[in-house]
Amino acid sequence: MSFPSDLKYTNDHEWLRAQGTSWRVGITQFAVDALGDITLVDLPKEGDQVTKGQKFGVIESVKSVSDLYAPVSGKVVAINGALKDAPEDVNADPYGKGWMIDIEPNDKGEIDELLDPAAYATHVAAQ
Amino acid sequence: MEPKKTPLWDTHKALGAKLIDFGGWHMPVSYPAGTIKEHKAVRSALGLFDVSHMGEAYLRGPRAREVVARLTTNAVESAPVGKAVYTLLCTPSGGIVDDCIFYKRADDDFMVIFNAGNVDKDLAWFREHASTTCDVVDVSDETALIAVQGPKAVGVLDKLSGGTLAQVPTFAFTDATVAGFKVIAARTGYTGEDGFELACRNSDAAALWAALLDAATPLGGLPIGLGARDSLRLESKLPLYGNELDEDHTPLEAGLGWAVKLDKGDFLGAARLREQKAAGLTRQLVGFKIDESARAIARHGYAVVDRKAAGEVIGNVTSGGPGIVVGGAIGLAYVPVAYAAAGTQLTIDCRGKDTTATVVSGKFYKRPQ
Repeated sequence: MSFPSDLKYTNDHEWLRAQGTSWRVGITQFAVDALGDITLVDLPKEGDQVTKGQKFGVIESVKSVSDLYAPVSGKVVAINGALKDAPEDVNADPYGKGWMIDIEPNDKGEIDELLDPAAYATHVAAQ
Repeated sequence: MEPKKTPLWDTHKALGAKLIDFGGWHMPVSYPAGTIKEHKAVRSALGLFDVSHMGEAYLRGPRAREVVARLTTNAVESAPVGKAVYTLLCTPSGGIVDDCIFYKRADDDFMVIFNAGNVDKDLAWFREHASTTCDVVDVSDETALIAVQGPKAVGVLDKLSGGTLAQVPTFAFTDATVAGFKVIAARTGYTGEDGFELACRNSDAAALWAALLDAATPLGGLPIGLGARDSLRLESKLPLYGNELDEDHTPLEAGLGWAVKLDKGDFLGAARLREQKAAGLTRQLVGFKIDESARAIARHGYAVVDRKAAGEVIGNVTSGGPGIVVGGAIGLAYVPVAYAAAGTQLTIDCRGKDTTATVVSGKFYKRPQ
């Protein structure tokens, strides 16, 4: 399994992409494959504060439920409202239409602590 | 312990299935189409299921009928030859040892198909109660089982059997030849759809599966994993052993009174079940739908609560998931009878969030007639 080279990653199988001053967050192909068909994504509201390592949302697949954990602390500046009616976008296009939230980090230093693609691939290989 | 493999394991691998350890077996949970497409294929066309992990045995001998009568809650022993009968096996205290289907081949020859997770327990139970009265012959390890389910299933099988299967009534079975392979074909299933379950020799399973898949594919048929098997049975409100059924619940509480013939004479659990029926139930299994605004799914093990009741927890969710064809989130729960009427509002603790659900009667999904 290969992972897009322009993204940062977490051990919880989330990805982040720079979008100006904010960072877009989604889940990786590895996570999608493990979850199976996704039926519901519950996200925070725009303007909410999220805390690194704390739950910010819930993802339900046919078979299981998982929490989404904030990769960095910051303010939610956008959410992907389309997932409410089309949670299957996460399965179909996890790095594109299946994005979840945009976060404006409080501390840019937390971005530097994220995994690069090679480190994430090593993490996945060890699963 | 290394999980066991069915004779179709290589076939599943070749089809790209995602395999998981399920009750000691390495089984496909989904194929590349995914659970939702698989579920819909069974509702609209047909699907093939490998259920070879299930147990199969024969109870045979001149006195097999009396052993079967004592073991089963339903009128298995008095069924006509050629009938398949769903029944519970109960402990003397009325708890459920397993649910299974008996196939009456003759008064001295009954086949039974039972749950994979209960194979050792059930065989021990059969042997204990058969003792020296009849033979218990375990054929689980040499028998493969393929279910073909969906509105187009019977048509496909009728063609492959030279026009012999469409005439088999629901809950009946026959020895048949399908695509050149000898099978026992039973018009039964676990999806809420019409169809058959085919028992064949292990050595024929891969070739039979290939012939079935060849015939099914042009009609929109798919191989179906355990994920969709579970979502299909839930939509049709069919109970699952280990979720709805266990030794702590009786068939009457599980809503399976139709499969308990209290007047058939003595059987294991009969006295306790007669008492329970006379006294009235205190709890029962209900179906529920989560209110649409809640955006949550209530799953196995979640508590049903009443924040105004002492102790607050009043019941438990036994199964839950998305209603893939019926929509929304659906589930089953044990609740006190006072909360069991259709339309009653339930509160379910979904991972710390109180979530409103409504009791619904009957199956979530009913097959169009």
